[in-house]
Amino acid sequence: MGLLSKKDAKLITDPFLDNNPITVQVLGICSALAITAELKASIVMAISVMAVLAVGNVVISLLRNIIPPKIRIIVQLVVVAALVIIVNLILQAFAYDLSKTLSVYVGLIITNCIIMGRFEAFALANGPWKSFLDGIGNAAGYGIILVIVGFFRELLGSGTLLGFKVLGDPIEKTGLYAFGYENNGFMLLSPMALIVLGIIIWVQRSRNTDLIEEH
Amino acid sequence: MEHIELFFKSIFIDNMVFATFLGMCSYLAVSKKVSTAVGLGAAVIFVLAITVPLNWLLDQYILQEGALSWLGEEYAEYDLSFLSFIMFIATIATMVQLVEIIVEKFAPALYNSLGIFLPLIAVNCAILGGSLFMQSREIPTLGLATVYGIGSGIGWFLAILAIAAIREKIRYSKVPAPLRGLGITFITTGLMAIGFMSFGGMLTGGDDEGKKEEAPKTEVKKEIKKDANDEKLADISKEIK
Repeated sequence: MGLLSKKDAKLITDPFLDNNPITVQVLGICSALAITAELKASIVMAISVMAVLAVGNVVISLLRNIIPPKIRIIVQLVVVAALVIIVNLILQAFAYDLSKTLSVYVGLIITNCIIMGRFEAFALANGPWKSFLDGIGNAAGYGIILVIVGFFRELLGSGTLLGFKVLGDPIEKTGLYAFGYENNGFMLLSPMALIVLGIIIWVQRSRNTDLIEEH
Repeated sequence: MEHIELFFKSIFIDNMVFATFLGMCSYLAVSKKVSTAVGLGAAVIFVLAITVPLNWLLDQYILQEGALSWLGEEYAEYDLSFLSFIMFIATIATMVQLVEIIVEKFAPALYNSLGIFLPLIAVNCAILGGSLFMQSREIPTLGLATVYGIGSGIGWFLAILAIAAIREKIRYSKVPAPLRGLGITFITTGLMAIGFMSFGGMLTGGDDEGKKEEAPKTEVKKEIKKDANDEKLADISKEIK
């Protein structure tokens, strides 16, 4: 990577695995679970969070020497809220159906802990370019988990991916359904998101034993 | 009657944690000990009970389309609902600051044990989520909004209390090493959420939400129905616009 120094590249790649915002830092769980019944919604959510986090990180980083520490939370909230309003209006303008599916969860990006967590932990202490990379990296690490959960829930729950019937037609009994396969409707329900996420954590931590907790 | 129904509905059926996954971050982070969990849960009930009715007033008299008509004829056409995120979060942040000052003054022990999490109530999704759901479900009166706030708060309190108690006990069990801590907490929460789903049939009759849940053959159908209803609502509101 010519454009990025090694340290900068690490800012992007680290949050993917060893320092993933969801499975390791435990930030931003709410939206990760609520909207992952469909892959499409997960992807849109991931992109929205990436836009908000990257831009917000840069703004906060530029303002970091001006913001009085006592009222920083309110300043951060105002910045995020403004960005989220923009994202919400864009979604309503160009993807009205999706914005209905995401309903209040777009608004809840404001209180997504990833955003505040990264503002507090990174943007307040680093320059704009680094903060931008950190924002992209963390949002990507968040997005990848969303996409994985969304993938399994949509595939096993309704037998489709992004709306395409990849496993055949359940009504006309084609594809896998010809052999008696059934969709697991349970996967579409909210509790399964928690369990899928638990299994992802299980897999990740058995591969990387450093992350195991001492109770 | 309506109030009691909404109260129990927001505690059990629409439980903040198990049905809508709100406030998961602090739910996971502060649930290691029952005593801290109780403190945070109480703070959430308190903040929700104040912010939801406050935001209801804001929504009703400032933000909604035509809400400004009390100012005069020429203001009747203003629609400020796109500002609701920023208005709600400002109310919440102010209220949280207030609660923080009060707790610091009157319960320093609690203040020390809650540590960083008290200011984080401001960014707790449960609080903003309570206001946003209040707005999207179009709760009609101030009394109902208050009941909804308190009920959701109690629901969240129950959830964090339950998981904290389970986590204290699970320490003595043989959990597979990679699942320890976070992993098993997720899976336990999932199982608890499945348990809470069985409250779905508790309220029958009354408001139409209850009627819908009268005879759902499978939970999946219920969800689809809910979505369809939301769509209908959105369509209607679109038409009105």
